[in-house]
Amino acid sequence: MITNLDISLVKGRKSYSQITEELLANTEGRPPLWWLAAFGLGCLALAFGGWAFYMSLSQGLGTWGINNSVAWGWDIINFVWWIGIGHAGTAFTIFFLVFRQKWAGSINRSAEAMTVFAVMCAGLFPLIHMGRPWLAFYILPYPNTRLLWLNFNSPLFWDVLAISTYLIMSLTLWYLGMVPDLATIRDRTKNKFRKLIYGIFSLGWDGSLYTYNRYETLMKLLGGLAAPLVISVHTIVALDFSISVLPGWHATILPPYFFVGAIFSGFAMVLTLMILMRKAFPIGDYVTEKHIDNIAHVLKYGSMVIGLAYATELFIAWYSGVEYEIYTFFNARASGTFSTAFWIMVFCNAIAPQAFWFKKARKNLVILFAISIIINIGMWYERYIIMVSSLAEDFLPSSWVAYHPTLVDIGIFVGTFGLFTVGMLLFVRFIPIIAINEVKPIARLGKDNNTKNEKE
Amino acid sequence: MKKEYWKTLEELQGNVTETPQETGSSTPLEILANDKNATSSSRRDFLKWCGISFVSATVMSACENPVKKAIPYLNQPEEVVPGKALWYASTYQQGNEYCPILVKNRDGRPIKIEGNTSSTITKGGTNARVQASILSLYDNGARYHHPIKNGQRTTWQDADREIKSLLDTYTAEGKKMAIVCPTLLSPATKQLIDDAANKYTGLEVISWDAISYEAIRAAHLATFGTDVFPEYHFDKAKLIVSFGADFLGTWVAPTIFSRQYASMRKINEENPNMSRHIQFESTFSISGASADERIPVKPTEEIRILVALHDAIARATGRSTLRAQSVDYDVDTLAGEILEHRGEALIVSGQDDINCQMIVNAINEMAGSYGNTLTTGNPLMSGHGNNSKFESFVADFQQGQYAAVMFYGTNPMYHYHNPEAIAQGIEKTPLSISFAISKDETAEVCSFVLPDNHFLESWNDAMFKQGCYSLAQPVIHPLFNTRQVQDTFLNWMERETNFQEYLKDYWQEELFPKQDLHRTPESFWTHSLQEGVFETATGPQLMLSFDNTGLSGAMQKLKASVERAGNIEFIAYPHLALADGTNANNPWLQEMPDPISSVTWDNYAAVSPAFAKSNNLSDGDVISINEKLELPVLIQPGLANDCMAIALGYGRTMAGKAGDYVGDNAFRLTHWDGTNRVLSGTVNNWQKTSSGHQFARTQMHFSMEGRAIVRESTLDKYRQDPAAGNELRAYHKKHAVTLYPEDHYDGHHWALMVDLNACTGCSTCVIACQSENNVPVVGKDEVRRRRIMHWLRIDRYYNGDAANPEVVFQPLMCMHCDHAPCENVCPVAATTHSKEGINQMTYNRCVGTKYCINNCPYKVRRFNWFAYAQNEAFDYHLNSDFGRMVLNPDVTVRERGVVEKCSFCIQRIQEAKAMAKNERRQLQDGEVVTACAQACPSNALVFGDLNDKNSRVAHLMKDPRNYHLLEELHTLPSIGYLTKIRNKKQ
Repeated sequence: MITNLDISLVKGRKSYSQITEELLANTEGRPPLWWLAAFGLGCLALAFGGWAFYMSLSQGLGTWGINNSVAWGWDIINFVWWIGIGHAGTAFTIFFLVFRQKWAGSINRSAEAMTVFAVMCAGLFPLIHMGRPWLAFYILPYPNTRLLWLNFNSPLFWDVLAISTYLIMSLTLWYLGMVPDLATIRDRTKNKFRKLIYGIFSLGWDGSLYTYNRYETLMKLLGGLAAPLVISVHTIVALDFSISVLPGWHATILPPYFFVGAIFSGFAMVLTLMILMRKAFPIGDYVTEKHIDNIAHVLKYGSMVIGLAYATELFIAWYSGVEYEIYTFFNARASGTFSTAFWIMVFCNAIAPQAFWFKKARKNLVILFAISIIINIGMWYERYIIMVSSLAEDFLPSSWVAYHPTLVDIGIFVGTFGLFTVGMLLFVRFIPIIAINEVKPIARLGKDNNTKNEKE
Repeated sequence: MKKEYWKTLEELQGNVTETPQETGSSTPLEILANDKNATSSSRRDFLKWCGISFVSATVMSACENPVKKAIPYLNQPEEVVPGKALWYASTYQQGNEYCPILVKNRDGRPIKIEGNTSSTITKGGTNARVQASILSLYDNGARYHHPIKNGQRTTWQDADREIKSLLDTYTAEGKKMAIVCPTLLSPATKQLIDDAANKYTGLEVISWDAISYEAIRAAHLATFGTDVFPEYHFDKAKLIVSFGADFLGTWVAPTIFSRQYASMRKINEENPNMSRHIQFESTFSISGASADERIPVKPTEEIRILVALHDAIARATGRSTLRAQSVDYDVDTLAGEILEHRGEALIVSGQDDINCQMIVNAINEMAGSYGNTLTTGNPLMSGHGNNSKFESFVADFQQGQYAAVMFYGTNPMYHYHNPEAIAQGIEKTPLSISFAISKDETAEVCSFVLPDNHFLESWNDAMFKQGCYSLAQPVIHPLFNTRQVQDTFLNWMERETNFQEYLKDYWQEELFPKQDLHRTPESFWTHSLQEGVFETATGPQLMLSFDNTGLSGAMQKLKASVERAGNIEFIAYPHLALADGTNANNPWLQEMPDPISSVTWDNYAAVSPAFAKSNNLSDGDVISINEKLELPVLIQPGLANDCMAIALGYGRTMAGKAGDYVGDNAFRLTHWDGTNRVLSGTVNNWQKTSSGHQFARTQMHFSMEGRAIVRESTLDKYRQDPAAGNELRAYHKKHAVTLYPEDHYDGHHWALMVDLNACTGCSTCVIACQSENNVPVVGKDEVRRRRIMHWLRIDRYYNGDAANPEVVFQPLMCMHCDHAPCENVCPVAATTHSKEGINQMTYNRCVGTKYCINNCPYKVRRFNWFAYAQNEAFDYHLNSDFGRMVLNPDVTVRERGVVEKCSFCIQRIQEAKAMAKNERRQLQDGEVVTACAQACPSNALVFGDLNDKNSRVAHLMKDPRNYHLLEELHTLPSIGYLTKIRNKKQ
């Protein structure tokens, strides 16, 4: 059934070849100046990260701000934050596939790319936050002569499985989704070298109906397989905290709360990137105001769920009557050492996105962009609050500490931004940012509808 | 048929009863040997092993490993078995400080000091300084390696030749010479120095202590006509009133007093009695923290209350008063209480002021303490320093009247308030000799440095108490080209002997006749050496008659000094870890957190919160005091207003890497008032400077936030209900629910009990643990980042009013929870539970996710943030070949990136179990003692096996006072705490 929603999915009356032209523009020709500049900046950030990385590997984790009580700091905050961002891509593909939300088609590709790079950034942290990263293979279940096996009770081990599975799945989905487009580039390119490379990666795509048929089936199957993973990965990250005994961590609400939070922050990041890409590339007809409007609605909804989660946490802490929980939520978080961070979090996540009740806010690119950034800041603070407030002020007041990041902590965070930026820039340079093969079917629908509208 | 041999009749009859044997956990080899699969190897296995051997041999031979040389003994010493520890009895002494010890030797290296339980004085107790003294032995950075003349290396022969001829010349010319030394507890050394003084007729022996107890002696001479330092019996005192005497931390003999005091503070249902302790003080000492009633006063107020108390008791007993001014403390009630406890009270004062001590004597006399809590049968040998003699020496010395001066065990350039005078004297004296063991301010300006051996390399003896002797023997060959002072003197006096023989002769001549156990002097010597101590029977009490004629004079002087004092006063007090600063270069002591302020690596001007508020000061503001010191301010609850408390022992300038320029030297604030060296005084001016300072503290939050972490009650309530203050335990026991089956331990189930009533916070356990378990020193900056590595910490909480809070201490180590939260979160199973209830760390397996640290509710796990061994950035003992000799070879030195924590001294458990297994018997209670429990001077820690129903720990676990920390989490810790009971008046 075609709903009104689909009407303006692709604007303008575009022929298929026109779509192809427009959507491949970014991969052809010389890179624009802004791209080179941004790429340079990204590399700079990456170099800063490289220095920080080197410091923590050569000197030890003492170069970070963590201490005897707060043993996880910016490392795990950033890990959870990136994992959260890494959610949206797959969620877009899967859930909108499942719920037949076709409008998402034009955003899938870049959202998935974002996922892949975000998960890569996230995956870095568990690796380097180890005291002895050169023994990281200890946490893989491999048979060995020492008869050592893993502790299956530990959520960290579940993390390893969940994240690596998720990364493989996201990569597969992203890549397979690209295959028809890569074939399009292969067919259009005149450069022999490019033809060879794209030829290899397009896996001999011939565009026949048979191929399309199988391709659709495969994507649906993969989507079905990936759907639970989207839920599991952040749930399991949440279990890292839920399984523990600490006040503020030991809560059953954390898995759903983390999941919603992840979708929320992922959508915010998608919004940020979409606004930037629309500015940079002529894709305004594909990623339309309607898309952006829809994302804003999702964010508004997510914000309410998050707000509810915060309120529930506070209520349960009070209702439990456990003095440690009450202290953590009401004294440490809401009114104590961490109150500034707490209220920043509440404002950014639960209050600011409520602006999207107003159409004006949803239409205004500046407001949209600002709120998308605010949400990502807020989500970072959320992880900060969870991580640090529970560790810094837990059971025995004698162990209460202050936590401050060091330059190396900051360097690693900036470095992951560099990695993400460079990754995304390479992506927009070499791969069609919008899935041509997914846009073309909706474009036709749109075209039909457009004609229908005209007739009416 | 095979013949059956039988050994006993029981065996023949088939009813052999096995004696119970130590089973314990098997070694991996035993497990493999018992594994049935392991024995049945097939041809395939053989080929597999061939392949592996071949490949690994090829691979291994391709790698080049650094060559480390282990040189075997050419002649194996008779007693040395590699891997087996040898214990030698010896004695720690430093000025007035004394402790009979046992030294653990592994492969020729002394690695640990324990108290000697044969001593009836210390009964096996130690203190932090004694525990840490082993590290100073290996301080190759600061210790002198050879004799020095005018800064140049010289040889013993040259130095001896030159000095001998000079001394002879000076003696012949009748010139004045002096040897400056602290109180010497060693009778043999004293005799030897007297010998020297006889030979060199101009040689004066000037005894001078940095922290002096001279006034106690002098006051007894004034009030009783006898120069005696009585023996204190805190174990007989039911009421202790202390005026600024930190007898649990630094005053006179804290190790001995802690044990005595604790014996009166331990309480149980059979004996629900404990002593009552009232402390007046201007500092915040651990004695004050343990007191039932603590009154913060300024130093002059302390004197005024002391005098007023005297008058109150005098009034009550109908004696003549001193017409003291009234004070705003209810002295009459206190006087009444003291008189109620006549013969069971003990009043002590920390002031080294003859006038104060005379008043104290008068009070003790009126309270009937003499003969009861103060005895003179075996008086103490402390306090032989003579300040006035030293002052007159300095006056002459400064003018160059001495031809030769020798400094033995003393460092006046640091300890004296006017080092310029000493410097001038040394400059004007032709021959100045220092016998310093390691670098100090005085030795660096002397013309000769003839380095003494460390006490662990020396022969010596000591008599701390009349009739209680102990011996010190070398436990290692001198590490450097040093020679013990006694040998140096014997050499100069051209005696054909060494000090070992001299000491032996002394003991055989002087002490052998005092006993009748051993028939021959040789066996007496051998046994004494093995035992470490030799004690004769208690001597007769001196018949003391009190003479109060001097009291009014003393009162006048006190009144004058009180009136002289300005509004803001200061008090300089010996620091708990560093004492007088002699051991300032010991990083263990520097990093030991002050149990009250939790500050490491610093001294400071502690002021009361009210003072800070009215003067707009905050923690870390640097102030200058009397234009002599610059110190950061620390706001210390529980101090008197307008009073700054400053620790001595800091501000060394030539102590070595660790000790130099840490804090500032408060000795420079002290002064000589004509009769006493006064450690307190007036702050004439103080100013805030522009600089700021960040303290390295191990605890920042001081309130318990209303949580039942340390549970306490009062004696009255305890008598009504032994579980008073511990009501929560019953509640939690009733409501505890778990999904998991309760753990069951077949063999041993190790546990530790901590008696919060006996713990004084002295921190001996902290250093003992550090020494036993190779815990690294991390330095000031890392402590600031809250990364101290101590496996055992002492938490301190305040409660009540900030002007005078109550303090509780809580030693905290790994709880060895039966349901340990750390264990189930480790992804690689590096931390696991043993069959004996111990939470163990497998360092090799640890990858350092630190999840266990987060999930430990007690925060006792420590992470190796850096490589602390062999790392230039951590230039302490672990970065030196000498310093590493102190390491316990039974304990792994942890790599960077792994988590570590208290192991219940697993190496000790294993050793004791192996021994019992070899001897085919079961472990006895008390056979395994953890380092902390062994070191504790007040026996506050008891370690043992819960499965042994008769063990002390199993008994204490059932005490109604017992509770577990955070038991509502149902972690089932193996550490139990006994509630703190205060003997408070309602």
